[in-house]
Amino acid sequence: MGKFQGVDFYDIDSLLSEEEKLIRDSVREWVEAEVLPIIEEHYQQAKFPLHLVPQMGEMGLLGSNLPEEYGCAEINNVAYGLIMQELERGDSGLRSFASVQGALVMYPIFTWGSEEQKRYWLPRLASGEKIGCFGLTEPDYGSNPGGMKTTAVDDGDAYILNGAKMWITNGSIADVAVVWAKLDGVVRGFLVEKGTPGFSAPEIKNKHSLRASVTSELVFQDCQIPKENILPGTSGLKNALSCLTQARYGIAWGALGAAMACYDEALNYSQTRIQFDRPIASFQLIQDKLVYMLNEITKGQLLVLQLGRLKDQGKMHFAQVSLAKRNNVYHALEIARLARDILAANGISSEYQSMRHMCNLESVKTYEGTHDIHTLIVGEKITGISAFV
Amino acid sequence: MNIAVCVKQVPDTETRPKIDPSGKKMSEEGVKWILNPYDEFAVEEALQLVEKNGGEVTVISLGPAAVEPTIRAALAMGAQKAIRIEAEENPADPLVTAKALAEVLKQGNYDLIFFGKQAIDDDYAQVPQMVATALDLPCATVVVKLDIEGEKLTVEREIEGGKEKLSLSMPAVISAQKGLNEPRYRSLKGIMKAKKIPIETVQVELASGQLEIEKVKFPPEKQPGKIVGKGADAVPELVRLLHEEAKVI
Ligand SMILES: Cc1cc2nc3c(=O)[nH]c(=O)nc-3n(C[C@H](O)[C@H](O)[C@H](O)COP(=O)(O)OP(=O)(O)OC[C@H]3O[C@@H](n4cnc5c(N)ncnc54)[C@H](O)[C@@H]3O)c2cc1C
Repeated sequence: MGKFQGVDFYDIDSLLSEEEKLIRDSVREWVEAEVLPIIEEHYQQAKFPLHLVPQMGEMGLLGSNLPEEYGCAEINNVAYGLIMQELERGDSGLRSFASVQGALVMYPIFTWGSEEQKRYWLPRLASGEKIGCFGLTEPDYGSNPGGMKTTAVDDGDAYILNGAKMWITNGSIADVAVVWAKLDGVVRGFLVEKGTPGFSAPEIKNKHSLRASVTSELVFQDCQIPKENILPGTSGLKNALSCLTQARYGIAWGALGAAMACYDEALNYSQTRIQFDRPIASFQLIQDKLVYMLNEITKGQLLVLQLGRLKDQGKMHFAQVSLAKRNNVYHALEIARLARDILAANGISSEYQSMRHMCNLESVKTYEGTHDIHTLIVGEKITGISAFV
Repeated sequence: MNIAVCVKQVPDTETRPKIDPSGKKMSEEGVKWILNPYDEFAVEEALQLVEKNGGEVTVISLGPAAVEPTIRAALAMGAQKAIRIEAEENPADPLVTAKALAEVLKQGNYDLIFFGKQAIDDDYAQVPQMVATALDLPCATVVVKLDIEGEKLTVEREIEGGKEKLSLSMPAVISAQKGLNEPRYRSLKGIMKAKKIPIETVQVELASGQLEIEKVKFPPEKQPGKIVGKGADAVPELVRLLHEEAKVI
């Protein structure tokens, strides 16, 4: 198979600036050379490609839409989205890493951190020297994080954390965890450093999805953290949710990358696979599937591009992000399933990537707000009636 | 060190070529443009030299404003300056390009002038040598290794079946071959910085071409293969066909 040429049925490239295209193409080149040759093996062995982190840092892919002042690239949100797209064309695990590092760790430190916290953590997280994770979900509180049980108590000299977080991306490899816990009943953000007594982060093994990504539990047993490790600007669950808006924005772009990889693979395969003496691409049922894929990718591209332009103008609403995450991940997963179907038996082999993307996207559909939760967010926005309970 | 790197915008290697209706050139319709891959080795080498010895890298390209994205792509690797020599299109005659480049290079007082060993579109591999001649400078082509000690430049170049080691005085013209280095990935910071670097446009009177492309055509379609038989019995017939029909032995 030749080099990936992108999917652009509507000349959407003409809506991008030179620098947005150059950023996308540079990341694509890197993914092609450094990620694709190794990712399948890492996935099979359930290993995160840790060696790629410094490279991502050097290229400026971590927290890339944050200010230069803190060692970040300060690119616009469309370029940021294009990076997520290209990373996820490699693997959702790699994009998850970048989402967590940038949107869920660097963003809250940047937004609600003290100047010292920003000066210390942001440049190190941007370069990939340090890794972060984000602990919101608990074993009993997923879609309803407001019910969280993890608590912080002020004992005068320090905060004492107790509780557990579940399904935490990067948990076991993180140098710092942004942990959400209730202090006097109010959700606040805390920075918990690796090695703090009373803090452990065992890895969750034997996953069927996101195998090239680390997922962990975070356990806090009378874990004492210095007072200066609270994120001073945090004042409620809304802060955690606004981090999620940042990450979901990137996911809406990222899902397109996985979808493009699957479409590209299925299209190529269908043109070369011969059955009944002709390429399977000549059958109407196959063409119907391919057209569905292209159709949804194209719609998704226009959706996130406009979303990105709104974000750059400061006009984006979180319900718009929900719509985009919901739509793009849903269709990416359908596209991956159809690609696997077109590849038939070869589709289950590790020689091809569609099934890896398919399995990954099952997680992507669930995390950062499940598909159905996003339905309720948009539903509430348009009707004015909350249907969560 | 003051280094110039001459770069060319070429169609992406994955482009499926189409012939222009004139029959005299490739169609540019729907083509995705990239920095000539051999030029990336040239840019990388220049950047490494400057990072080690100090100085500046100037990227130079001849063509219409449409080649500026490619100039930016080279700047984004880390070059400091850029010059575009105005031309409506890329001249068909490499001598025209070489003369124009030489005209501009003459004014830059460069210690080294880098090129890729050839452009992957027309594959002429002529411009570096012609520029060296026009400037009366020593030239090493197809270079895979380069060392500088004081004023002395030693290079290794690929030759049939081996390598040749040369020493040159500076200034000199070098054309880069794959293997010279591992070109870096463009970083976002590099891209953002490149955006702010002005591309100087210069006008040079282009010489008239002395070489004209009459026609471009695709190679003949491959004929289907032929099975002459099975086992050792088929060998004499195979040998006969290879000798008499295919004329390869
Ligand atoms: C690989 C992976 C990585 C993750 N990484 C992180 C991370 O880094 N940090 C973090 O904090 N979390 C992380 N998560 C957790 C993720 O965000 C949660 O799994 C998600 O929010 C859903 O929670 P749950 O799994 O507990 O499902 P539940 O909330 O138990 O939902 C179960 C089902 O019920 C539905 N449902 C729930 N409430 C309603 C309702 N009101 N109306 C209708 N339907 C409803 C859901 O849509 C779902 O289908 C990760 C998860 C995975 C799988």
